[in-house]
Amino acid sequence: MTVPEVDQSVAAEAAPAPVGGVLEGVQVSCWFGARKVLEGVDIKMDAGVVTALIGPSGCGKSTFLRTLNRMHELVPIATLAGSVLLDGHDIYGAGLRLTEVRRRIGMVFQKPNPFPAMTIADNVAAGLRLTGRKVRDRDDLVETSLRRAGLWNEVRNRLGAPAGGLSGGQQQRLCIARSLAVSPDVLLMDEPCSALDPTSTRRIEETILELKDQVTIVIVTHNMQQAQRVSQHCAFFLAAEDEPGRVIEQGPTEQIFSDPHDPRTADYVNGRFG
Amino acid sequence: MRTTGPEGSVTSDVPEAGPRAEEPRKLEARLTDADRFYRAFVAAGAGTTLVLITLIGLFLLTGAWPALKTSGFSFLTTLTWAPDGEPPKFGVAAMMFGTFVSAAVAMLITVPIAVCTALFINEYAPRAVRRSLTSLVDLMAAIPSLIFAIWGLFFLVPLLAPIEDWAVAQFHGWLPLAEASATGGSLFNAGLIIACMAIPITTSIIREVLAQAPRHECEGALALGGTRWGMISSVILPFGRSGIVGGSMLGLGRALGETLAATLILSIAFEIKPRILENGGITVASGIAIEFRDAQELGLSALMAAGLALFLVTFAINLLAALVVNRSPAGARA
Repeated sequence: MTVPEVDQSVAAEAAPAPVGGVLEGVQVSCWFGARKVLEGVDIKMDAGVVTALIGPSGCGKSTFLRTLNRMHELVPIATLAGSVLLDGHDIYGAGLRLTEVRRRIGMVFQKPNPFPAMTIADNVAAGLRLTGRKVRDRDDLVETSLRRAGLWNEVRNRLGAPAGGLSGGQQQRLCIARSLAVSPDVLLMDEPCSALDPTSTRRIEETILELKDQVTIVIVTHNMQQAQRVSQHCAFFLAAEDEPGRVIEQGPTEQIFSDPHDPRTADYVNGRFG
Repeated sequence: MRTTGPEGSVTSDVPEAGPRAEEPRKLEARLTDADRFYRAFVAAGAGTTLVLITLIGLFLLTGAWPALKTSGFSFLTTLTWAPDGEPPKFGVAAMMFGTFVSAAVAMLITVPIAVCTALFINEYAPRAVRRSLTSLVDLMAAIPSLIFAIWGLFFLVPLLAPIEDWAVAQFHGWLPLAEASATGGSLFNAGLIIACMAIPITTSIIREVLAQAPRHECEGALALGGTRWGMISSVILPFGRSGIVGGSMLGLGRALGETLAATLILSIAFEIKPRILENGGITVASGIAIEFRDAQELGLSALMAAGLALFLVTFAINLLAALVVNRSPAGARA
């Protein structure tokens, strides 16, 4: 795989102050049926900051992530309490349209999920059709989005090929490009690298760092090194046996990894369990 | 190359090295007895199906031969059906026309309703309703066609009569489809009843296929800010295309071969006309059923020929459907 060049024009475009939305979970609790899986989560995810959600499997961090753009409620028995604020507005209120919430808060899934029958270019532009938005120059948007996701150089000559033919890492970056094309304020990433090889993982981490001043990023990861490399804010989730998941500790990533206040956090980040 | 000895014991595991190693070698494998037995068992099942369909084709062909020899090419173009007359004059043109028109009407009604019902059950209905609707549709698919035919004849057709008469009165003169001297026993009504019979089975199959659409792709569409309909049109329908075609073809198979509804509804008329709301028409299946009782020697052979024609048409349509299904980008969905 060739190392794609860092796109200078995109870096130059970035505004001096970070843009992107401020997302805030306020006392978020979640249930699946009668089982409570998450309790009282308060996390503020600031613009210009990559927030990492870490913790062992089953601690509720993915569930929390899915409450942030209303994907949680797609599970028929799922319910929740608390609220999620996007720039101060409750995304579960009647003031914001559901589709608008999801457009402004994009999501990249654990398993790359491009639309396999669509071409690469159509995949990037799919969000336009889905949200009924029009742009003056579709080709330009496709190129910009692919560049921001660090995929342009690899696919520029086969934009008309079906997306199913890309490698896993490329598909994941295509999904990032697809999310960016609808100009979201926040990008949620649910273990985006767990199905990828080390090279693709590195590529995605580079992409995250390039994007962090343009869009607020929240990432769930099982990889401690990854959390340290890409995030500035970090929240550690843990669920005791037969109890819902809670945030044990949160703070600047550096502090969480070098000087955690809670012994359980120290045990986890040092690989003693989980 | 021998890899086994006379007792079946392996004498050598190593293939003789060919002169050119880049050529693919022959692959062999020793099967267990159970494996061999099941293979033979399954192959016998598949073979039976093939033999059956061949036998049916041969039977129709031999039965139809005298009639086809008498009529020659005019069998395809003649409207009237008087094989036992003097001289015999008969052909499938009117029957085929009626079959196609009623089937086309049926499919035009069936496919949209079936797709919408399937989508409603899968994507919109509340969970409690979903279960019961699914079993209701499956149950409907099991209702004998006689029930539909009787219901159509005594309930639906009289119910629609005023509407059809009104349509004829409104559009007659400038829309040939709506011209009619009398309504009721028309190809349109026959197609309508056939649609009622085809909708459950078509819905059931389409629903089953659409339910298999990958959920993570659906979530991808929703996460971009798509509406539910956006998700359906960008993920579910492209995914289910082959299933929609397949389910529709099964419905069409039923429409083409449907005998009872056409026999009960249609006022018999061997003619070709665009006035689908007007009384009169005939389909191959209903023609065979009606003419069978009074048929003499050549008449029987002529009916066999009509059956053969239907058999071939059904075959051709299914082949066409298979082509459509195979043309979808299957490689992209690996």
